[in-house]
Amino acid sequence: MSEILLEVADLRVTYPGEGGDFAALRGIGFALGRERLGIVGESGSGKSTAGRAIMGLLPPSARVGAEVLRLGETDLRGLDEAGFRRLRGRRIGMVLQDPKYALNPLLRVGEQIAETHRTHLRQGRRAARQAALAMLESVHIRDPARVYRAFPHELSGGMGQRVMIAMMLIAGPEVLIADEPTSALDASVQRQVLAILDEQVRARGMGLLLISHNLHLVRAFCDRVLVMYAGRVVESCRASELAAARHPYTRGLLAALPDLAHRRARLPVLARDPDWLEPVR
Amino acid sequence: MIELHDVSIAYGGRDVVRGVSLSVAAGEAFGLVGESGSGKSTILRAIAGLAPPRAGHIRLAGQEMPRRRTRAQRMLAQMVFQDPYGSLHPAQLVDQSLQDPVAIQRLDDGEGRIARALAEVGLGPAQRFRFPHQLSGGQRQRVAIARALILAPPVLLLDEPTSALDVSVQAAILNLLDRLRRERGLTLLLVSHDLAVVAHLCARIAVMTEGEIVETTTAAHLAAGEVTHPYTRALLEANRF
Repeated sequence: MSEILLEVADLRVTYPGEGGDFAALRGIGFALGRERLGIVGESGSGKSTAGRAIMGLLPPSARVGAEVLRLGETDLRGLDEAGFRRLRGRRIGMVLQDPKYALNPLLRVGEQIAETHRTHLRQGRRAARQAALAMLESVHIRDPARVYRAFPHELSGGMGQRVMIAMMLIAGPEVLIADEPTSALDASVQRQVLAILDEQVRARGMGLLLISHNLHLVRAFCDRVLVMYAGRVVESCRASELAAARHPYTRGLLAALPDLAHRRARLPVLARDPDWLEPVR
Repeated sequence: MIELHDVSIAYGGRDVVRGVSLSVAAGEAFGLVGESGSGKSTILRAIAGLAPPRAGHIRLAGQEMPRRRTRAQRMLAQMVFQDPYGSLHPAQLVDQSLQDPVAIQRLDDGEGRIARALAEVGLGPAQRFRFPHQLSGGQRQRVAIARALILAPPVLLLDEPTSALDVSVQAAILNLLDRLRRERGLTLLLVSHDLAVVAHLCARIAVMTEGEIVETTTAAHLAAGEVTHPYTRALLEANRF
């Protein structure tokens, strides 16, 4: 693998509760290079918690521990909020599912993109505006000047997600975490947004962590895949080899998907095995 | 069982559904696919009586549906929505949500109906006295289906019933819907953006874009890629990963 941009080992996240602690992440590890790494799993598997833990975005009640949690040379363990604020946007970006909630509804989107530039690069308003317009163009927005002036509610879902990508890439981060970036979009728009994401990640030599519930999407789009179940990584393989996955959970998920090319009378329903909760040897 | 003849539906003076005709036989599962804004959910709402058409005719079980339906006519079709969390009252027990249709339609044997509906969707008394937030997503969708079944409607209208669910839960719900159709002879009209889901449940499928049906095909033709309209081809391509 190429140079490691993000390294995680034995990452644990626990939420204290009245009925005992809840372990959302029970020791996950991976190394991200200049590649597209997918994390798949069902709701509650901990995939989003992993992304948020890396970004320092978990609620204060969460207890986070890790053997290694490193972005390049920077140790993220014990980093305070001010430290994370310097990293977010500048060295690591995050795209979430719905741009409607991720963007400030009261600010023109161009100004929000430019703000990231100003905050991290400090080259002045004019430079920030120019950079934002160029960035909008590079995510294939045909009329950057018009979109720059638009408010979030004036944009379609696909356009909003392009704006988010532009905002996240403008300060030149090394790593991008995309958490269900296209789940709210129509299939055709989903493809366009993924193509733009792919083009940018390749051109900039970034590492991409793509978090998704969609096995088809991750298989088609990523280089490698981690499969998560109940706070652990149960399987890790090349995306092209996902069909030959060995873990019964991964196999069960794949079998449960309706398939246009192979229609079956009944879909097999996943029978969960308590053994899957044990650490993977 | 469901007949639409040249139905147009307008929102705010603009037609969002234009001249749609379709016919679904009793016991058949029929799918409507298309991207957001294509008008597929609006058609379901019109059949349920929630969006009166501007023009055209809707017939259910051989009866013409008037603008204001009688209570018996309202029992002909029941709807299941995408997000069961949004369609169940958060401060009401499952039991209350299931009592409502019984009370509204002034049915007898509410107790028996509720117990049977719950059993039919694979839930038991344990889930009956819970709040929606105490159930999993799949259990909530089962409650929504149970509520639709209480009135014993011949037609079930399903608007993206599994899009908010995990794939393993989706599989169980799709199996449940298919079993209900086979065992109870229910007529299903399923709206989804996921071609594989629609083709799994439905033998015949209509493709919609910009308020119109551009092609009616079969799951087998769709699977084989034997489609005629360019939009259907594009949709098929976009769904293929």
